[in-house]
Amino acid sequence: MGAIEVRDLALAYGETRAVDGVSFEVAEGEFFGILGPNGAGKTTTLEMIEGLREPDAGEITVLGERPWPRNGALLPRIGVQLQASSFFERLTAREQIGTFAALYGVGADRAEEWLERVGMVEKADTRVENLSGGQMQRLSIACALVHDPDVVFLDEPTAALDPQARRNLWDVLGSLNDSGRTVVLTTHYMDEAEVLCDRVAIMDRGRILELDSPGALVRGLDAATRITVSPELVSALDVAAIGGVDSSALGPDGLVLSTREPAQVLTELAERRLLAGIKVQTGTLEDVFLAVTGREYRP
Amino acid sequence: MTTRRNASNLGAFWSLSVAIVRGFVRDRSSVFFAIVFPLMFLVLFGGVFSSQDQSKIEMIQVGEIALLDDLPAGAAAAFEQTFDITRSDDAAAAIAEVRKGDADVAVEARRDELVAHYTQTEQVTAAIVQGTLRAFVDGANVALSGAPPAYSLRTEAVEDDSLETIQFVTPGLLGWAIAMSASFGAAATLNGWRNSKLLRRLQLAPVSTGTLVGARVAVTVAIALVQTAIFLGLGAAAFGLSLTGAWPAAIPLLVVGTLCFMAIGLLAGAVAKTTEGAVNMANFLVLPMAFLSGSFFPLDAAPTWLQTMSKLLPLRWLNDGMLDVMVRGEAWTAALVPMAVLGGFALAITGIAAKVFRWETT
Repeated sequence: MGAIEVRDLALAYGETRAVDGVSFEVAEGEFFGILGPNGAGKTTTLEMIEGLREPDAGEITVLGERPWPRNGALLPRIGVQLQASSFFERLTAREQIGTFAALYGVGADRAEEWLERVGMVEKADTRVENLSGGQMQRLSIACALVHDPDVVFLDEPTAALDPQARRNLWDVLGSLNDSGRTVVLTTHYMDEAEVLCDRVAIMDRGRILELDSPGALVRGLDAATRITVSPELVSALDVAAIGGVDSSALGPDGLVLSTREPAQVLTELAERRLLAGIKVQTGTLEDVFLAVTGREYRP
Repeated sequence: MTTRRNASNLGAFWSLSVAIVRGFVRDRSSVFFAIVFPLMFLVLFGGVFSSQDQSKIEMIQVGEIALLDDLPAGAAAAFEQTFDITRSDDAAAAIAEVRKGDADVAVEARRDELVAHYTQTEQVTAAIVQGTLRAFVDGANVALSGAPPAYSLRTEAVEDDSLETIQFVTPGLLGWAIAMSASFGAAATLNGWRNSKLLRRLQLAPVSTGTLVGARVAVTVAIALVQTAIFLGLGAAAFGLSLTGAWPAAIPLLVVGTLCFMAIGLLAGAVAKTTEGAVNMANFLVLPMAFLSGSFFPLDAAPTWLQTMSKLLPLRWLNDGMLDVMVRGEAWTAALVPMAVLGGFALAITGIAAKVFRWETT
């Protein structure tokens, strides 16, 4: 049995169908991502699974329990990080996580362990208002995990962070399911989903469009690989002589060759000693999004 | 199992309370508006206004006036309590001073006639001057006639001898202070916690709503009791406040009053979109109410319709109840009706706040 089972979930705000017939299962210990642009219905879906909202229709079980109405047996077993930084005002990082630990009946030693694990020991005596965005997210993740829940929900933990802070946080996030914990994360960053998630549900306009591992989604796309030959070598290249090239176009970085047989193209380029400065791009989840929705992905 | 759960609830209650207290004492503007600001008013009303006697009437006496110079000892003392006398020999200059407002009255004697020059721009002073001087002239006439006066007048204040301004202003200002801190605190907490999604977060923690609300109420009541202790302590130590017999009955009254103003704060917090807006709205409700409920000055001089209307305001009931048991010397039972009314307000307003509350602010 999966840690989370969702069947035919639906919720409308007035005329808007925020979530429109969503079904999926998350296995125990899995790192599951819900990926989509803003307004896709990710947060609403998550809030229904957490038990914050009552669905109009559909079935949800988390660890075999129904989250709605507020289920006291389930609450100690799940951890949540909400989209905003939900903190008590004017407490230090240590007091903050200490308060959450007490709410779950967990000792201060565990709070301290989590501060260390997310790298916040040095900032432990800083008030939350004075933390950077990345530090707030770390603290907020630690607060969600202080009682060692079996399932943890993270709603856009890297939103509004700069790229460096986002990558730093991936180290923390990536280790969360090491001990068999189930992690559900929403994000609108494609690269994040590719790096962190075992499986990804791509969501748009309240529906799940695709659901698989990031690798399988890209492979299933049958997208062309783009090989860019550097401008200095373009004059020495006769495109027509190379087998397997579907199309070619001159871009700012050089000549871009599209192919579905990258191995053959690369071999022939190597034989002609044209590999210097070469760039190879395979399909990404953005291409998957483009393929299923017919429009560019804009977070 | 049951005991463990209780222990954990108590732990959650305690840690929530500590978190709220820390949030309060670290917020300088909250502390200022709850404690320091009302105390400033107490010092102002209690210290400055009450020590200021009704100022004497400034009189210029021109030349010798037998009637005033030869007053019997008792009458002379009474006369000097009312008038501050300077002497002059120049009648024209004295009258000019009255005209300019530097003196209130200039008196001169023309044989057996006492002439008082006054200015009509100060009508109250003019009336006092005329009445007082006439009384002295009449008194002198009666004394000359040698007949005992047929009628006499005795005046008595209805209040206890010790009653001073501080006795009246302390309960009213305390009521206003508690109304402010309770309503601001509830408004800011409800709105701030909703906007930061902390309320949602706490909904998903294994903590009952009762524990959560209980912690917030306990902290607000504790702050109200601290305010009371500071007010009464400072009033007694610095300004001679003395409480009457049933004053402990003010404590349960204050607690119910605190709940009532927390409810008003909840309503403001539920309606407003931002925390600042919520606090402003609470202030918008409380400040005019403080004026109309006699927190800053007694309502005795207000028109009757206003006095009647003020009975619709919870703060009026809190102030009246506190005045009754703290300084008017009424029995503790005088607090019962105000407590019932405030409790009713608290329930009704909480009900309205619950109706208008929305999780989403957009």
